[in-house]
Amino acid sequence: MPIGDWVGKRNGVTALDFAYPVLSSLIFFPLLAAAGLFFIRGESIVRKYTLIASLIEVVLALPLTAYQFNADFQFIERLSWVPQWGLEYHLAVDGISILMVWLTLFTLPLCVLCSWTGIGKRIKEFHICLLFMTAACIGVFTSMDLVLFYVFWEAMLIPMYLLIAVWGGDERKYASIKFFLYTLAGSTLLLVAIVAFRIAGGTFSIPDLMQQTFSFRFQCLCFLAMALAFAIKVPMFPFHTWLPAAHVQAPAAGSVILAAILLKMGTYGFLRFCLPLTPAASEYFAPMMIAISIASILYGGAVALGQSDIKKLVAYSSVGHMGFVTLGIFLFNQRGVEGALFQMLNHGVVTGGLFMMIGTVYERSHTRDISKNMGLGKYMPAYMFFWGLFSLASLGFPGTNGFVGEILVFIGAFKHSLLVGLLLVPGALLGTAYMFRVSLKMAWGQPSAAKDWKDLCPREWVFLLGPAVMVFYIGLAPGVFFQMITPSVEKLLAQYDSGRVATRTVETTQTLAHVPTTGLGNAKN
Amino acid sequence: MNFNPALIVPELFQFFLILALFLLSVLNGKGPRAEKWVPLLAAVGIVVAVASFNAHGMMFADVYKIDGLSQFFKVVIAVCFFVTTLNASRQPTLAEDRRADYYLFLALSTWGLMLLSSTTELFSIYLALELSSYSLYTLISLRAKDKRAAEAGIKYIVFGAVATALSLYGLSYVLAGQHTTYIAELAAKSWKFADAPMAVVGLTLFLVGMFYKLALFPFHFWCPELYQGASNETATFAATLPKLGAVVILVRLSTLLTPGLEITTILAWLGAISMTFGNLCALAQKDVKRMLGFSSVAHAGYIMVGLVAGTAEGMAAAAFYALAYVAMNLLAFWVVSRVASDGRNLELDDLNGLYKRAPALALSLGVGAIALVGLPPTVGFIGKLFLITAAWNHGYNWLVVTLAVNSAFAIYYYLSLIRHAYTEETVPEGRSAPDTSAFSLVGAGILSAVVLVLGIMPSPVFEFAIAAGRGLFK
Repeated sequence: MPIGDWVGKRNGVTALDFAYPVLSSLIFFPLLAAAGLFFIRGESIVRKYTLIASLIEVVLALPLTAYQFNADFQFIERLSWVPQWGLEYHLAVDGISILMVWLTLFTLPLCVLCSWTGIGKRIKEFHICLLFMTAACIGVFTSMDLVLFYVFWEAMLIPMYLLIAVWGGDERKYASIKFFLYTLAGSTLLLVAIVAFRIAGGTFSIPDLMQQTFSFRFQCLCFLAMALAFAIKVPMFPFHTWLPAAHVQAPAAGSVILAAILLKMGTYGFLRFCLPLTPAASEYFAPMMIAISIASILYGGAVALGQSDIKKLVAYSSVGHMGFVTLGIFLFNQRGVEGALFQMLNHGVVTGGLFMMIGTVYERSHTRDISKNMGLGKYMPAYMFFWGLFSLASLGFPGTNGFVGEILVFIGAFKHSLLVGLLLVPGALLGTAYMFRVSLKMAWGQPSAAKDWKDLCPREWVFLLGPAVMVFYIGLAPGVFFQMITPSVEKLLAQYDSGRVATRTVETTQTLAHVPTTGLGNAKN
Repeated sequence: MNFNPALIVPELFQFFLILALFLLSVLNGKGPRAEKWVPLLAAVGIVVAVASFNAHGMMFADVYKIDGLSQFFKVVIAVCFFVTTLNASRQPTLAEDRRADYYLFLALSTWGLMLLSSTTELFSIYLALELSSYSLYTLISLRAKDKRAAEAGIKYIVFGAVATALSLYGLSYVLAGQHTTYIAELAAKSWKFADAPMAVVGLTLFLVGMFYKLALFPFHFWCPELYQGASNETATFAATLPKLGAVVILVRLSTLLTPGLEITTILAWLGAISMTFGNLCALAQKDVKRMLGFSSVAHAGYIMVGLVAGTAEGMAAAAFYALAYVAMNLLAFWVVSRVASDGRNLELDDLNGLYKRAPALALSLGVGAIALVGLPPTVGFIGKLFLITAAWNHGYNWLVVTLAVNSAFAIYYYLSLIRHAYTEETVPEGRSAPDTSAFSLVGAGILSAVVLVLGIMPSPVFEFAIAAGRGLFK
């Protein structure tokens, strides 16, 4: 039964009609552009071609600005894919995913620009990998079918592996295989959980599964299977060890994609799957998740403080920042989850920016060692301005975007319990400490190595201005983002609450009626 | 004797092909060159098999059944035969005067498998199995004057003979215990150990013959040896077609294997051990074909997941996965055969820098490796998904979890194919250049396209598999 719903409908109400399926075109246009790259020769033409393709991709996304500020799934496309197993090609966005889609879209041109001179070999393959990554990432954030989600989730492994393994640093082989093994090993059980949901709930469709209640034991097993995959991706302590290796070895553009988009897939998974599908298990395991999140924040911050390699420092700071996100999610209150979503966006903008800056300075110094990149303030004022801006945003300085996310998570945490809130304070302090340490050395440290280095060129200005504008925009006027996020978060938490209560009701009636819990099979209620 | 030649056109076609090849081999090289026209006739064979796709009926005192399952497999076998003959047409390690004989045995073995896909009675299964095996024994040793090929051939015969003997021995027990050898009648009997101990032991022993063909643990010893010893082209054949024959019989017999039976549990355990053992052994291999041999052992284990489910969907998933397995291996072996253009055995290091020397072959190898791991968007992933979905909640969830976790073991060695082809730069000295002729690239391209298209749009093909599966469980 093909459900030809190509026009942008909002739950049956035709509000907006578009000449083309927006989300599909965002997924398939990069693939098409990548196929076109096979026939193009010449280094600078390949770069310009990909840049233009990435800008066309942004233009193709313009209908997304018609996003309605409510909690419904929008821009729905739903077609039958493999009818025998009920697989569907089902795409949609809501307040949880729309910002991630925009983030992915804007990351691509920045990646092309920031590797303009940094990538010197196998340029065509490099840009093909970038385009494939974009397609897979958009697919992950828009899939509303579990299997389709998994397809995109796994499809991005190979291009990311190649980005690290071919264009990476000296230890690239070790780092790339570690990245691949960790993420793949985590997601094997995710596939089993997906199939278990299909058998128990009768469908692969995520919105349909959200309507159902599963038995508590089933929820717990599925939660653990999914949480392992997502926790490795985020990455949460103690599954984070692949991240510093991958970040340090990846080329600048690879690090940007890794930090800005890939890590968000893990937290997105928690929000999209764990909370609505396994609410009772989420509640049950929340103390553990909160403890791990706080451990990530403190551990990431403490280790970042001791790094001598700038990239490693920012990589560990990512562990800490993503800890704020997972913490916010598992607080289960409005401010906490909103803060988590903001933090996801902010981390994408800021850490993406920082990695581009590290790439910029690496092209001049050919080392990532802090002690060999000191004293830039006098010779590269523009560079230091951007660096200072992004580091302030990273530590959550008021007026920047980082502040909005962190303060929300803080409010959520103190609402949850005083202890959690107090434990966050050293985390935030550590963030200030390591960012100030590295920034002070880079600005005023002696001896300065930057005497002959040129300040930012126009191309570098362009790709740094983008995130810089966003730092202020989100920091000073977060209203429009709240409008996007808030309804969906309200709906998510309502779903979580009702699901959790429903599970309890089911369990109690079953116990009272002396009906044995029939295990995984008959979990459907 | 209900004989209706219209039902068995594909078999007859193959039979006349064999007769022609026999004449050619007697002519001793004076006739036309076999490698020129056999692939063409094999292509016609596909058309014939597709044309008789909807045939239905029983023949030869009901031992020979033409149904959805048999016709599905005959088409797949015909396609595989075409690809393997094409692949073998440029075999560098085969003497000129042996070409007709080589194709004769290739065709005979394929004929045995075609018969096998239609037989529904244990004795005829045994005969068809032997027909396909004996030809293969000869084929393996046909590799110039390579001692390893002779060794592999002898190993295959000796192990094969033992497996066959066990199989026949088991058959006698089944006959004694259940008083019939027709699968349809056997399906009506009880297969609990408590009810029919002799028959259960007998059936288990009979299955050994299939396990041997399929290279399921612990009957896998020949597999890596054979792949390594036989020429690349013969290994292509041995890795793909005989597996199809084993799967079709296991699918037919699985109507007896309801979940929970002792024999089904044995199957599940063998499957679990086979996939884990195969993947772990493959991790340590340096020879590409040997690695693919252990990967076959692992894949044999995956197929068991569908068989133990005991449902039409499970059978269909197993049949579809067999098809997926064949497609992925044909692709991988095609690339191996083309890169080793002088017919040598390929080491992992030989793949170094392949992206530069033969970009299209490197890309195809990448697609093949991704498919073998079971990553989307390839047929390997979708086949695995079908297996998992079909088997979940039929009593063997632990087996499903084992299957899923095995991807994580497998990734490392399949990834090493991609790693060597794309990230290693130092090309070893003194090796022949890969074959980058149009023949080689177009073949690789088409096979990669098959692997990808079946992964993205599996439903038309799966429809046939599910129809065949439902036919068995009516």
